[in-house]
Amino acid sequence: MKKDYTFAVARIRGREMSLLSNAAMEQLLASKSYDEALHFLADKGWGRSDERLTADNLLQAETEKTWETIGEMVDDMSVFDVYRLSDDYHNLKAAIKLCYTGANMDPERLFVAGGTVEPERIYKAIREKDYSLLPEGMSAYAAEAYDTLLHTGDGQLCDVILDRGALEATYAAGKKADNEVLRLYATLTVVAANIKIAVRCGQTGKSLEFIRRALADCQELNTEALALAALGGMESVVEYLAGTDYADAAEALKESPAAFERWCDNLIIRHMKPQKTNPFTIGPLAAYILARQNEIKCVRMVLSAKLNGLPDDMIRERLREMYV
Amino acid sequence: MELGLVYALTGAALASLLAGIGSAIGVGLAGRAAAGAVAENPDLFSKVLILQLLPGTQGIYGLLVAFVTLSQTGLLGGNPVAMSNATGLMYLAACLPIAIVGLISAIHQGKTSVASIGVVIKKPDQFGKAMLFPAMVETYAILALLISILAIFAL
Repeated sequence: MKKDYTFAVARIRGREMSLLSNAAMEQLLASKSYDEALHFLADKGWGRSDERLTADNLLQAETEKTWETIGEMVDDMSVFDVYRLSDDYHNLKAAIKLCYTGANMDPERLFVAGGTVEPERIYKAIREKDYSLLPEGMSAYAAEAYDTLLHTGDGQLCDVILDRGALEATYAAGKKADNEVLRLYATLTVVAANIKIAVRCGQTGKSLEFIRRALADCQELNTEALALAALGGMESVVEYLAGTDYADAAEALKESPAAFERWCDNLIIRHMKPQKTNPFTIGPLAAYILARQNEIKCVRMVLSAKLNGLPDDMIRERLREMYV
Repeated sequence: MELGLVYALTGAALASLLAGIGSAIGVGLAGRAAAGAVAENPDLFSKVLILQLLPGTQGIYGLLVAFVTLSQTGLLGGNPVAMSNATGLMYLAACLPIAIVGLISAIHQGKTSVASIGVVIKKPDQFGKAMLFPAMVETYAILALLISILAIFAL
């Protein structure tokens, strides 16, 4: 039977009222100092009253609150795997680096909340090299990445393997999703990441083999052609993209890397907006999570810019369109 | 054997049954949205309650038509009148407008109410306008009720 999300969507409608609008973001941007920005957010209900007012606490609390809210409304959280898998791979990366370096630090500090697997389980799997504790798919990447790191000591290669794992897992989860927003999110995440990888590899003069290893398989882009284009640098990547469905991305890419990242996020946000009028499907919930992630990302940028005294224009170039 | 009364009773049953089912679905749908709205903002209770109740009227119209049919055929008072097959079928036909339109309009009204509850959550001061959208669907249930009642009384 098709799941009914009428109750959850009505609740989400109420929650959407407390999302930061473009105007609120401008107000935040106009804060004279880092502290003033933090207090502005606290006044908007951000963070938890029993925690110290810091950017890390504030943003972590908001991420947790988002998943708590969704968890109250949805029985089966696996429908949101497209959003959560990257956190699993982040935690996996942290666990591998921690075990490899043997650093004496609290693993909790490195892990992020919101993944599909408990961070402790990931840590235990890596520490004991018992990859069967990890979900199918993740275990192979974990084994490959850890073995590569142990044998070569190349942290970047380890990251490349895990990043590709995260992208391919997200893409696969997107293909399985029965909602357009989730599918689109997964596809665009992988496409955008592949383009970014190609550009960066081209700029840093990586080998074709490395680029092939880094690019995640997806139907929307011909990864082989993209890898070859990457060898020719930014110009040839832009040329390649001009002949694909992502010709607009090429324009943004020519402008600046930040403009390209903003283009990716804005494209998703624009596709999400019609979900505002669809009260019976999981779409508005998916859109809300994405809107929250987008909001948290923007706030993180503003706070970090305020802390480092960067000019407002520099932040504005990176700010995304808000959902409300 | 004359089956006229059986047809008439079938008509009455369908009127209350289908229109009632439609209302139950519509009110249930709007109720879930209303509960979601109140979970986030309890002050919206009275507004969303009205929107939830709008799809409930079709069930009442079905009941009314069934009641009039039972009364006209004497079934209500316990003295059923002898009725030809043709007359019985005419009662059945007379009940069909509210039965079918009641079922479909109540479901659609429920969906429209859900959408309007979304408006009220975002803009509580626009309640008056939001209420008009599901109320528009009511028009067709009223038209069907009118035809069913006129036809029954004309028999």
